[in-house]
Amino acid sequence: MPYDLRPVPFRGGGFAPKHLRFFGPATFLAVLAYWWIGTHLGWISPIAMPTPMEVARALIDMVQTGELWQHLGASLQRLLIGGAIGGISGVIVGFAIGLSSIARSTALPLVSALFPIPKIALLPLFIIWFGIGESSKYATIAFGVFSPMVIAAFGGVDGVDRNLIRMAQSFGIPTRDIIAKIVLPGALPALLSGVRIAASIGIILLTAAEMIGAQYGVGAMVLASGNLMQTDRLIAGVLILSALGLTVAFLIGCVEKTVLKWRG
Amino acid sequence: MDLIAEAIHHRYGDMTVLDSVSLTVKSGEIVAILGPSGCGKTTLLRLLGGLERPTSGRVSTSGDAPADSLNPLTYIFQDFALIPWRTVAENVRLPLEHHGMTSNERSRRVADALARVNLAEFANAYPRQLSGGMKQRVSIARALAVNPAIFLMDEPLSALDAQSRELLMDDLVRLWHETRFTAVYVTHNLAEAVRLGHRIVVLSRRPGRIRDVISIDVPLADRRDGHPELIAASARIWSLIRDEAANADRELADAL
Repeated sequence: MPYDLRPVPFRGGGFAPKHLRFFGPATFLAVLAYWWIGTHLGWISPIAMPTPMEVARALIDMVQTGELWQHLGASLQRLLIGGAIGGISGVIVGFAIGLSSIARSTALPLVSALFPIPKIALLPLFIIWFGIGESSKYATIAFGVFSPMVIAAFGGVDGVDRNLIRMAQSFGIPTRDIIAKIVLPGALPALLSGVRIAASIGIILLTAAEMIGAQYGVGAMVLASGNLMQTDRLIAGVLILSALGLTVAFLIGCVEKTVLKWRG
Repeated sequence: MDLIAEAIHHRYGDMTVLDSVSLTVKSGEIVAILGPSGCGKTTLLRLLGGLERPTSGRVSTSGDAPADSLNPLTYIFQDFALIPWRTVAENVRLPLEHHGMTSNERSRRVADALARVNLAEFANAYPRQLSGGMKQRVSIARALAVNPAIFLMDEPLSALDAQSRELLMDDLVRLWHETRFTAVYVTHNLAEAVRLGHRIVVLSRRPGRIRDVISIDVPLADRRDGHPELIAASARIWSLIRDEAANADRELADAL
């Protein structure tokens, strides 16, 4: 045995953040406790922030009077209809761009030019076109969802393994079947991550559109509460929006798990 | 069915990849196309099966394919080209789905093809669960399912480890004895060409031209390591390709 043994120092490990159970709920509890103590001891002005109990009471009130469902129902309807119009047309245009040279040369520059416009800036125009009612809100949400879905769809189509398409062609499989059986499933992971981004953009536009001109809807309720200094209802509305976003993300996660099971 | 290439000339832009290649593949024979990488042998295979159009020259077939052949010219790819979201059986079924046949007939063809490559028990597995050799057998089963007249094999063993390669060569020899299929077998591997080719077409470096065609009369079943005729053929082919292989090692792959 040599006499000058030196241990080789450990240098691996890398960055591998792990999910620690209970830390998530504990963080929420800590924030809630700080909020509760702060409002009760007066560090936090009651004008700035209601107590957690007041917010809970406002929520329960809204549930009991049925106000919550009225607002949430109106919002969900706008999000679903606007999102569906924008999402479906976005996927169709995205596939066309991914599959055809003509569509790529004509539609892609147009979509790229539309993408950076903050879509809420178009709401006044949509109100002139479609009136103050629901249509202008559908149009704003649809338009906002459209461009991220186009980009996700054509990126997904471009990412489909060319060798699989060549294989399918070598077996004489008709183009329509190649699109349905290879291109569409191959683009699905990209489409689903596009839906995630589009959904959060949709919720932002929904709230903004409802603040500009709506009688019902979570956004309208938040704005009205602010105008009346009803911070308890305001915070309750914000919590509902957070829950809405989380629910949408959760549902997309469930779809991903079932549809992409083959990835193992 | 015979496959005939006449005076094939192919260019990508200014670069000539194939120069006056003429070749006839007779029914029931395996023709190995051997050449260094970048000699245009994969391009030649794509031209033979109609996946690309030659700049000039003509590819034709002569004679009829078997009556129940659904895709007379069928490829087997180096990277297997299996669809990752389909099971083994669903991958084999893919080329049958657009043909009008009863679902019983379809299932029978899939089961039959999988049995011939000894994969019947893996019908419901996904490609990611299989080894490389098994994946290539799935892709061979997919080709068998359409009952081709001619197999076009593009370096089918190049992505496999040495053991799987040996086993799969045995499988191919066995399948050939069962059906006497016709095949064009593109490879850069001298041992594979000598083991499987009834004739070996040696291509030169770019632009690819036919340098020589070597016939090996030893029956496939008798081709064992150390067979004197195979050693002689290997030595002769090696003398043809050795200088070119050495030169190819001294230049960049994408140099113009």
